Parts: sequence; C-alpha cells; structure tokens
Amino acid sequence: MKKLNFILAALLGMGLNYSQAQTPKGNLLIKNATVLTVTKGNLENTDVLVQDGLIKQVGKNLSAPSGVETVDASGKYLMPGIIDAHSHVALDVVNEASAPIVAEVRMKDMVNPYEIGLYRALAGGVTISHAMHGSANVVGGQNATLKHRWGSDDPADIIMQDAPRTIKFALGENPTRVHGRGNNIQPRTRMGVEAILRNGFNEALQYKKGWETYNAAKGQKGNTLAPPVFNDRLQTLADILDGKIIIHCHSYRADEIYMLINVAKDFGITKLVFQHTNEGFKVAPEIAEYTMGASVFADWWAYKMEVYYSTAFNAAILQRNGVITSINSDSAELIRHLYHEAAKTQRYGGLSDDEALAMITINPAKQLGIADKVGSIEVGKQADLVIFEGHPLSSYAVPQMTFVDGVKYFDIKSDSDDQRQLVSATEMVEPVYLHAEEDHQCLQGVEEYFHAFMGTFMQDHTH
Amino acid sequence: MNRILKTFCASLLALLPLAAMAQIDGEFVKPRTGKFLLQNATVVTVTKGTLSNTSVLVENGKIAQVGTGISAGDAEVIDCSGLYIYPGMIDGGTRLGLVEVSSVAETVDYAEIGNVTPNMQALTTVNPNAEAIGVTRVSGVTTVLTVPTGGLFPGTAALINLNGYTPDQMYGGFKAIVMNFPSSGRRGRFDRRSDEDIKKDSEKALKEANDIWDNAKNYLKLKNAGAELQYYPEMDQLSKAVSGELPLLIVVDAASDIQSAIKWVEGKDAKVIFSGVAEGWRVADEIAKAGIPVITGPVQELPTRQSDRYDAAYANAGKMAKAGVKVALRTDEEENVRNLPFHAAFAAAYGLGKEEALKAITIHPAEIFGIADQYGSVEAGKRANLVISTGDPLETKSQIMHVFIDGYRIPMSNRHIRLYQEFLERSPGLKVN
Repeated sequence: MKKLNFILAALLGMGLNYSQAQTPKGNLLIKNATVLTVTKGNLENTDVLVQDGLIKQVGKNLSAPSGVETVDASGKYLMPGIIDAHSHVALDVVNEASAPIVAEVRMKDMVNPYEIGLYRALAGGVTISHAMHGSANVVGGQNATLKHRWGSDDPADIIMQDAPRTIKFALGENPTRVHGRGNNIQPRTRMGVEAILRNGFNEALQYKKGWETYNAAKGQKGNTLAPPVFNDRLQTLADILDGKIIIHCHSYRADEIYMLINVAKDFGITKLVFQHTNEGFKVAPEIAEYTMGASVFADWWAYKMEVYYSTAFNAAILQRNGVITSINSDSAELIRHLYHEAAKTQRYGGLSDDEALAMITINPAKQLGIADKVGSIEVGKQADLVIFEGHPLSSYAVPQMTFVDGVKYFDIKSDSDDQRQLVSATEMVEPVYLHAEEDHQCLQGVEEYFHAFMGTFMQDHTH
Repeated sequence: MNRILKTFCASLLALLPLAAMAQIDGEFVKPRTGKFLLQNATVVTVTKGTLSNTSVLVENGKIAQVGTGISAGDAEVIDCSGLYIYPGMIDGGTRLGLVEVSSVAETVDYAEIGNVTPNMQALTTVNPNAEAIGVTRVSGVTTVLTVPTGGLFPGTAALINLNGYTPDQMYGGFKAIVMNFPSSGRRGRFDRRSDEDIKKDSEKALKEANDIWDNAKNYLKLKNAGAELQYYPEMDQLSKAVSGELPLLIVVDAASDIQSAIKWVEGKDAKVIFSGVAEGWRVADEIAKAGIPVITGPVQELPTRQSDRYDAAYANAGKMAKAGVKVALRTDEEENVRNLPFHAAFAAAYGLGKEEALKAITIHPAEIFGIADQYGSVEAGKRANLVISTGDPLETKSQIMHVFIDGYRIPMSNRHIRLYQEFLERSPGLKVN
C-alpha cells in the first residue's frame, strides 16, 4: 500500500513536470570564443561550459566533463541567443478582430511548431520570440513567448513555460480602421481608443469588486450572495490591474503613447512596454520615467501615415534618454537578421557595441520579464547561445550555430536543402512566395474589414 | 487725422519686410556646386584599384582629376585624411520619388490603370522633394532606377540622380520599358487555383504578351515604311523596345518564368535586362548562356519556397555571378533605398564576395545601363557622384561624411536627422522647469 502511494506520488510528480521534462537540455563546452556577454563585457579566448541546459561556467582553459561535446569557436564570436520582442512567426492565426477588446484569446493555442520560420529565425541566431496577437484591437489577445526548440511536434515544447504572461494592446490607425471605419463602432478616433481603454479597465474594477465582495461574504453566516458570472475577458483585464500581465502596446504616434502612459498611471499600471513606438523619441523622457521601455524598428518608416514623421535615430534617442530599448522584427524576414538591425543604431546615432547588442538580448528579455533567465552570458542563465563568423554587428557577419538550452538547433555546416518538418501531401506544385507574402502579419486576417475602402493598398504594409 | 493715419500706415508698411525677416531662425543649407578638392583620402576607384593618400578634384560637376599632388588653386579644400572615397552607389530598381506614404493611395503614383501602358513615364511623376530622397542620398546612394509597376507593360522606368529641383535636372540618362513577365507559378499560399487553371492562365497570358508584341512589331514596320499612323501612344512607345531603341526591363522571378522569358527573348532585337530574378540561382547557367544581365534583389528577403535553404535570397546574387551572369543589385524599395549597401553586404557575405558586391551597386549597373562612361567608378571625366565615409560604406558602423551628386555638395541633413537634433535632448524634458 505504501509502495503504491509512492508510485502514485511519483506518477503525479511526473505529470506536473511533464512540459518541463519534455524539452531537451544540453551539455556542451564551447572553446576559445570571443565571448560577448552583453552585461559583463567582452572576454577573449574564453570557454563557456553548459550543463543541463544552463551556463555552468565562463572562463579560460575549461575542460569538458567526460562525454560532453566540445565546440571549437576559435576566431569566432559567441553571444547570447537573440530575443525578438515582436514576432508572429509560428502562429497559425494572428488576429481575433471581432471586438475592440478580446483580452480572453491566447496565442499559445495557435502555436505551430512546424513553421519553417522558426528554423529560419534560428539561422539568424534568434532563440526566443514574442509571438504576438495582431493589432486589430485596442486590447488584443494574450501573447506567447516562444523558445525555438525546432523539431518538436508539440506546441507546448515551443512555448517558454517559465515566461510571464503578456498581452497585446494597439493604438492608432489599425484599431480605428478595423472597428471605426470598418465596422462603424468605436473607436474611430484616438479619443475613442482612450475611451475603450478606460471603459474596459473601469468595468474590470467593478468585476473585481464583485468577486471580492462575494469572496469576503462566502464564509459568513447567512450569506446568500451568488457568485458573479465568470468573464474571462474582464478577468484578464483585472489581472492586468493586479500586475500579473505585462502590456505590450502597438503604438506609433507620440500623442497616443502619452495617452496610454496617462491611462496606465490613473489605473496604477506599471508593467507597460511600447511596441513599434516610431514617435517614441518625442516622448522619450516620459517613456523612460513611467514604463518598461520601447521595442522599435531599426529604420522602418513612411509605409503609412502614422509612421511618416519617424526617424531612424529613434532607438538612439530613446537609449540616450534612459529608455529600455529593444529592436524587433514584426517580420518573418527581419527576424533573420536582427543583429544587423541592431547595428543600424551605430549608423544612426553612434551607439556602442554593448548598447547595440543589448537591444536584441538583455533589453527585450527585460521587456518580456525573463531577464533573470536569458539575455546575457552569465553563470546560471539558460544556455541560449549563438556562434558568429565575424562580429555580429558587422554587416558581413554570418551566424554559424544556434543553441537553445544548450541544444544545437542550427548548424550552418549541416544545413540541408529542405529543412521542413511537415510537407503537405496535397500540395502538388510548391507555391512560390514573392516579396514576402508571409511577412508583415500584424493585420493578418482582417482584410475583409476594410476591403471596401482600402482596395489593394493594404496588401503591402500592414504592420 | 488723415495725415496721421497715412503716416501710421506708411510706417507699418515699412516695418513689414523687417518683421517677416526677423521671425526666421537659423540657416537653411542648400546643395551647392563649385570646385572642390577632396584631399588625401583612400580612394576606392572600383575599376582602377584602391589608391591611398590620393586626392580627387571636382569641377563643373565632373571628376576633373584623381591623383596625388593636385594643387588646390581656387578649389574649396575638404580634408579627407583617414577617410575613404567611393563612387556613388546605384540602386537598380526602386519606386523612389513615385510614392510618399505607401498606404495613402493619393500619394502612390507608380501603378497606372491598364495592362499595356508603356507610355507611362516614371520620370514625369518623380517628386524631387519627396522626403525619402533626402533620407536616401545621405547614405551614399546617389542614383536609382525608379520603376513603375502594375500591368504587363506598366510604363517606362527612369534613372535619376538624387539631387535637383525638376525631374529633368535629376534625369540620369537611362530609360527602359518595363515588362512584368507573365507568371506561371502558384503565387503563394492564398493562390487557390488548380494546377490546370494555373497552366491555362499562364498560356493565355503569354499568348496575350506575344500578340501585343506582334502589334508593336507591325506598328514599327509601318512607321519605318513611312505610313501615316493613328495616334497610338502605347504602341509608339512599345515599338521602341521592339527596335532596341530603348532597353526592355523584364521583371521575372520564378525559375520556370525565367526559363520561358529566356525563350521568349530569343530572336528578338530587344535589348533585354532581367530584374528581380529571385530564383535566378536555380537556372543561373541558362541565364549566363543567354547573356542577359540581371538586376537582382532584394537580397534581404525570404526564400521563395518553403523547402529552400534559409539563405536562398542572400546567396542568389553570388550563385548567379559564379555562373557567369553580370549581376547588379536592387532594393525594390521606396522609403528604405538607403539599405542598398547592406543588401550588398549580405550578398557579399553569402557568396558574392566584397569586391563583386561593391561592383554590383556601382560599375555593374552603370555597364548594364550603358552609362559606364559617366557612372560607377572614381575616374577622371566621370560625373562627380561620390561618397566620402569613415570606412567601408557597406558596414553599418561606418559613417557617411560627405556626398557629392553631379558635383553638388549635398547637405548631410534630412528630416530624420533634424528630428534627432531636436529630440536627442528635448527641452523641456520630463518637467517644465
């Protein structure tokens, strides 16, 4: 009987650890690299020892425990796995565009582990991406933080289970176009966007109060209160108010950024990151003071009206004003060379190597709430690593090997012609994708909302 | 009373011009021409090697001299010690100047209605004051081919230099009639046509292209025979491609389309350039054998097929060059043409090599356009399109210090830079005081 209990307990324990135990953890010694730690300077001719998927030791002349593979990185650079704070790679669906607030939907239900984009991102040194809901709604769905464990057919393996919850918000042209101009409901203007936010949060406060009242009365004698009706949408907004979810808000213009900062202040919200943030440079001191920073494009501008008054110096201005700044892709193409995108902060604003590299490693890690686990080469962190031929900020740099949790998922030497995990049996003629048809997905799936007045022009740039 | 009023009005009027002047702060820097001596640089000529401690004399819009010990005379001397001089970079395919904000239809002028509109002139609609022109030229991209798109024969592309106040001042001396070669493949995931329908559609499109071409041929024949022809601007323009008076820029990407385009070109007098050529690497030998020059890109682009290697687009230019194709690059961009040197760097790193990559954005496009006597290298007698940088301009870290276009010294400013100057240290900052 006792033995049976033990077995049951063991089985139960295994069940609980199921998703953790599934993902492989590697052991590895990388020798003689120029190690760009990002947070602790650059170390020449240095070795990094990985044990059980974690960085065990960083130093010179380390020797590999028996049976542990050694990778010679002489003359090469080693940097932390690149983190993309804005991506839609490996998502089957991006937008639930049916209402201005859809906080209840979850991107983790949409993860497609077969998507070749994951492998292509690994080939660009990207180990973690923030798979975001689209920008059709003022309050969009909850995002998923992905670890690029390419090769698994279980979506749960691709999801970074120990990352905190995040949610997509969106301001400006996209939500006003989809709902106001497309559906003739609020918001049609940036005033309406603010109203949607304030209405939503106030409703959530009432909802929260209803539960608090019910829970307080529950044990009381003679209590006859019925529980409030569970509402996932309002519960999620309440979780934001309680600081359990980080907001990642699609935004472009300074006025709308400033508006959300004020709304957040009024509702006591501090976990707020701005995405795109093309005019963030205009309100950089405010973003620095009140938020967790901004995640921006290196140089995209002019593809629509709200990004016309942009500058490629945005990231540098934000950085110099003390904003935690990251460079993101929002693109299945750009995600493959974020190291190059980060380097553009040197062309436009003269940032240092460490500042530029931080924008694709430790800074996005901070914005995703995972900086204690990844984003730099430090003992104890998860061994997400990339080996580069050439300095990663050189435009001639070529990623050679990419590791997640110490497991190699990309090696340029064993990259073969067809890396797909799943090939459609019904597809006789393989489609030819010209000019990144899979790209630019922020408004994917909402075409029907504005075909009537936008015609074909929405096909190009839909971030 | 009247006198007082008159005097008052008169003094007010006298004050007006003064008042108007007094309200303007700062100075506007214009592009200016003159005689310039760029002294003691490392000159990367592209065609005649790399020359250290060398000076370049710019006069009358041209490179007057390249050498050592050139006396300054009355030239304005610009000290270039420690700096590098490169020829201005040329983008072989853009929509620069044809669009201001791509999502705002009213500002998009590169796609006219109609399938056969070769008489649509890109040069006509180039806006010399497009914001993107100022943003582009400080990167060292001095010259671009700007290309209309849309139907089968969407218009006539024009080469422009990124300085000037009228399209004619900007015109770079090369035009080509554009053809979007009929596509036979499945156009991405959302193309739900059956295999049979795709085949039928492509045969129909090719037949249509042949009919139109035959019409233009007949038009040319009649015109050359002195016939009095009805006003037919489309055929009049297209006949110039038939005769070879204007080159034919064939935009073609999928491998099977490239093959049928090669076949289509055979036996025609047209001077053909291929553009796009995303899957050129699959049929590189055939392109080389046909001797057709290629303007390929964007380089920073996804592979065309799910089964392709991740670096298919990066490596494309290198593979074609290796097979013997003459390769130039294009960004196919409007607002971010400034990334041309970075596209070239990626092509270099993935097989093209640094030297060939530089040629692909300088002398090669000049040769393909037949204007190498004026463009594409730092040589005496050529147009003074020059970039002066702290290092290799294909490296992101390098800073572009000066740009010359047609001998004009270009102000190193644009809206992006002005916003940087205004907002780096905003005043007031967080607090008003």
